[in-house]
Amino acid sequence: MERIAESPLAVYQAHLEKGELAYQWSPEAQKAVFYPRVICPFTGSDRLEWRVSAGRGTVYATTVVHPARGGAPYNVALIDCDEGFRLMSRVEDLAPEAVRIGLRVKLRVHRPGGEDPAYPVFVPLDSA
Amino acid sequence: MDGLQRGSAAIVGVAESDLGAVANEMSPIDLMAQGIHRALADCGLGLRDVDGLLCATAQSRTSGLGLAEYLGISPAYVDTTILGGSSFMFHVAHAQAALQLGLCKVAVIAYGSTQRTIGRRQASVREYNPYETPFRPFLPSTAYALAASRHMHQFGTTREQLAAVAVAARDWALLNPVAWEKKPLTISEVLSARMISYPFTVRDCCLVTDGGGAVIMTTPQRARSLKKPPIFVLGCGQAITHANISSMPDLTVTGALPSGRAAYAMAGLGPTDIDVVELYDAFTINTILFLEDLGFCPKGEGGRFVAHGRIAPKGNLPVNTNGGGLSYCHPGMYGLFLLIEATRQLRHECGARQVADCETAIAHGNGGVLSSQSTVILGTQATF
Repeated sequence: MERIAESPLAVYQAHLEKGELAYQWSPEAQKAVFYPRVICPFTGSDRLEWRVSAGRGTVYATTVVHPARGGAPYNVALIDCDEGFRLMSRVEDLAPEAVRIGLRVKLRVHRPGGEDPAYPVFVPLDSA
Repeated sequence: MDGLQRGSAAIVGVAESDLGAVANEMSPIDLMAQGIHRALADCGLGLRDVDGLLCATAQSRTSGLGLAEYLGISPAYVDTTILGGSSFMFHVAHAQAALQLGLCKVAVIAYGSTQRTIGRRQASVREYNPYETPFRPFLPSTAYALAASRHMHQFGTTREQLAAVAVAARDWALLNPVAWEKKPLTISEVLSARMISYPFTVRDCCLVTDGGGAVIMTTPQRARSLKKPPIFVLGCGQAITHANISSMPDLTVTGALPSGRAAYAMAGLGPTDIDVVELYDAFTINTILFLEDLGFCPKGEGGRFVAHGRIAPKGNLPVNTNGGGLSYCHPGMYGLFLLIEATRQLRHECGARQVADCETAIAHGNGGVLSSQSTVILGTQATF
C-alpha cells in the first residue's frame, strides 16, 4: 500500500493559498466529491482526481447569525457550485439579510492573515 | 428493523432525574443514578436485577465505565452508542436485540447532563471542522436555520407557522408540572424575541437545562409480572444521512423518512394508527419536518398543518405532550424524555395533559444537525 504523502486537507489548503477552490472528482461515480477525502463516498474507491472549480455557484440555503455577545450579524450560506458539489461559506459585498436562495455567486478567496488558513467566500456574480 | 421482532421487549420503568437547574456540583452520572433509582422503583425491580447497561452523555467519553463503577455492577451487556440526541432510540433497538438474544434480562438506558449549571460550551465541546468552522456557524442553531430557509423557500413556510410550533409546545408545557417554562407564549412574542440565526428567535430554539433520566426494559414475560402495565416496543427504525449540515443531501427531507418507514413496517402500523406523537423539537422546524417525514402530513405541508393549534392541547393530533425540548426540558440530548413521555401517556399517568384512549405512540429522536434519526413505536397490551 502506498503511503499518503499529503493529506486531502493539505492539498485543498495549498490550492486556496494559490487562490483556487479545489474539489475531487470520482471517475468511477462520475461525480464531484466535497469535502476532500481519501476514498470516494459513492464507490469506496481510492481513485479520486483533484480538480479546480471555476468558482461559480448558486446559494442553496442561507441564514443570518446574530451573535449573542453583540457584534454585527453575519451571513452563513450553503453554496452549490456548478461542478456539482456543495460547501458552507458566506456571501460578501451584500447585506447578510439580502442574501437570497437562488442568487448566483462567484468565488473570492478570503485570507484572514496571521496563522489562519485561507478559505473560500462568495460575492454576487453580477457585482463589479 | 430486520431481525427485531415486534413486541419482543417492553418498557417497564421510566423516570426523570432532577430537571431544570440541578444542585451545584451534581455530575451527569449522579443524575443517571437518580433516574435509575426512580425508574427501578417505578417497576419494582432492584439494581441487582440490572445486567444490561446503555447510556450516553456529552460530558463523558466513557460514561459506561463511570456509570457501572458508580452503580457497583458489572453488566453482561453494555452499549454506549452516542449519536446525539437520538442515541436513546438507538439504545432501545439495541436493548431489544440484546433481550431478544438473551444477552441480558433487564436493560437500563440512562442519561444525564448538567449543561445549564456548567455552561453549554463546556458541556458539549464542538469539534473543529476546517470546512465549516471558519464561517462561524452558531451550531446547532445555524444548521437548523439553514434547513428552515430551504423549507420556507420551497414550500412557502412562514415564521408565523414556525412560531405556532413553539406556542403549541408551551401550551402543553403549562399542563406539565415539571416543565421549565411556566408562562403562556404568543406568536408575536416568538417573532419579536431575540434573533439567534434567522429565521429563529430564541423562542424557536430548545431550552438549555440540566436533566437526566432512565428507562428500564425487559422481556415481555418478565414485564407482565411487574408493577405497571408493560409498554411494548412494536417498531424501531434508524437512519444516518450526514454529520455536518453542509453534507446533508436535501435540507427539506430528513432521515426520519427511512427511519419511520422501517419502524412502521416492523410495527405493522401507519401514521393514522398512532395516537400520541413525541418528536424531537430541538428547533421549531424539526416538528414540521418530522410530521412530514413520518407521514402525518404531505411533504411541504407541515407549516400549514401546525398552524391554528392542530398540534396544541385542544387540537386533533397530540404532539409533544410534555411541552417538548422547546418548553419542558432540554439538557442537550433530549431523546430519552420522548420515550419517558410516550410510556407515561400509554400508561395513562399524565394528569391534565393525558391524551384520552391512547394505545399507540411514536417517539422520534433526532441527533446532531438533523444527522441521526431514530424512531420507536410503542404500544399497550391491547396492540400486542
